[in-house]
Amino acid sequence: MSALSFDQATIRLGRRDILSAASFAVREREFVGMLGANGAGKTTLMRAALGLVPVAAGAIRVLDGPVTRGNPAIGYMPQNRTGMAGLRLTGWDVVASAAVGRRFGFGGLDKAARREIDWALDEVGARALAQRSIGELSGGERQRVLLSQALLGRPRLLLLDEPLISLDPAHQKSVVEIARRICDDLKVAILFSAHELNPLVNAIDRVLYLGAGAAVIGPVEEVVTGPVLSRLYGAEIEVVRIKDRYFVMAGDVDVERDAHRHDAPHGHSHDHDDAHA
Amino acid sequence: MLDYDFMRTAFAASGVAAVLAGVVGFFLVLRGQTFAGHALSHVGFTGATGALLFGLSPLAGLVGFTVIAGIGMGLFGEKLAERDVAIGMMLSLALGLGLLFLHFYTAAATQAAALLFGNVLGVDSAALLTLCQLAAASLAALAAIGRPLTFASIQPELAEARGVPLRFVSAAFLAIVAVAVAECAQIVGVLLVFTLMVGPAAAAMALTRRLGLAIALSAALALAEAWGGLTLAYATDWPTSFWITALSGVVFFGAAAWRGAQ
Repeated sequence: MSALSFDQATIRLGRRDILSAASFAVREREFVGMLGANGAGKTTLMRAALGLVPVAAGAIRVLDGPVTRGNPAIGYMPQNRTGMAGLRLTGWDVVASAAVGRRFGFGGLDKAARREIDWALDEVGARALAQRSIGELSGGERQRVLLSQALLGRPRLLLLDEPLISLDPAHQKSVVEIARRICDDLKVAILFSAHELNPLVNAIDRVLYLGAGAAVIGPVEEVVTGPVLSRLYGAEIEVVRIKDRYFVMAGDVDVERDAHRHDAPHGHSHDHDDAHA
Repeated sequence: MLDYDFMRTAFAASGVAAVLAGVVGFFLVLRGQTFAGHALSHVGFTGATGALLFGLSPLAGLVGFTVIAGIGMGLFGEKLAERDVAIGMMLSLALGLGLLFLHFYTAAATQAAALLFGNVLGVDSAALLTLCQLAAASLAALAAIGRPLTFASIQPELAEARGVPLRFVSAAFLAIVAVAVAECAQIVGVLLVFTLMVGPAAAAMALTRRLGLAIALSAALALAEAWGGLTLAYATDWPTSFWITALSGVVFFGAAAWRGAQ
């Protein structure tokens, strides 16, 4: 059984095919890093697995079942986390709102719900941080608190959309380490999208690369190569490897670094947060 | 002062409206939809003046129009509430239409002032009963959608992925806001609805970081401001709405200063 499988899946946004007849499978209990240029469809792929974007052709299966909206077997961490910076509520209350947010009604949480929230926060080492106002945390601290929400309900597949965006290298490292530990301890599959391979390269089991409507999954040394990436980028790509670091170059431009710069503007404030922390 | 029947009614009416405004206003501020709430009050002005023109109860026109507009804004999607220009245009259009209705309605002057700036001393016992019923229904509805509303307000993308029906929640919430706006308009008038709906909620958020406490505090501040305003108006013979806005402003800026000093 696979945690998430795409079988000849085509996903269309407007008139553009984000994925065309793409096939790949994420195994159970596997940590997969997802890479690709901006607009390659990383977020769309996750939203399709969540049932928020329809599949135009082919099939997507989650844990050998059909895609359903609000699937409790999937834990999700969306990329768009704007607004949090100005929020004064405690991290605990934010996580709690997610824990009981699907049920209609009002009123306090029962003991079991409280225990579950504390457990999730402990898993990411954020129980103490969650007592503070979410808006006052640094980018990396806030990321850990928000990551705990993906664990609520003990899912078997985690979809984490750009958890490293606008974090400094130290915080990037800690988030990747937490994800690796969650994958091992809780026996969940993780699909972790990122702009750069290098922060992930020692932690992930395999890499999923998106580009030109296609998806290629495999061990890093087999996927991150000149020929494979040239096909996905539709341009001549050269991969330079120095020890455990990969540099993906188009001509003399470092593609991944460049992509990161283009995407950075909305994350600038977080950068500053981290600098102060 | 409580020996007077109209004062007792005024205290009861402003108390009911203030508690509703405090609770609903908290979510309005949390969602960043305060401008939408402001616009709804202007739509209410059109409804009330239209109702006057056609010989109906202004309160019915007020509630009817704001609720329809609220549901419409909610169904149009989350994004509409953030479209400042569209809302601003709707706001002035509504106010202009209200002016036209008043133009055709002969006994305009006093009614217009009452609608725009409130006339809590003019609330009769029949209106008080209606206010109580509307407030009870609104608070019950808010309690029913409370958890998904909180979730969708703080993290809409995650809530959507978890299966929260965003549109339904948004439309239901704005319908509740519409009722709260109509109630507040009875007390402080359509132009000053902000003072009870946004002021106490924003102050409460500055004072505490706990969700439940903030909601309770918002309601308590709104109640204190409304009753304080009535008391000061009784003592000074100045307009009640002025005193409520003054207290609301003092509390809000005081809370902001306290937070800044932290």
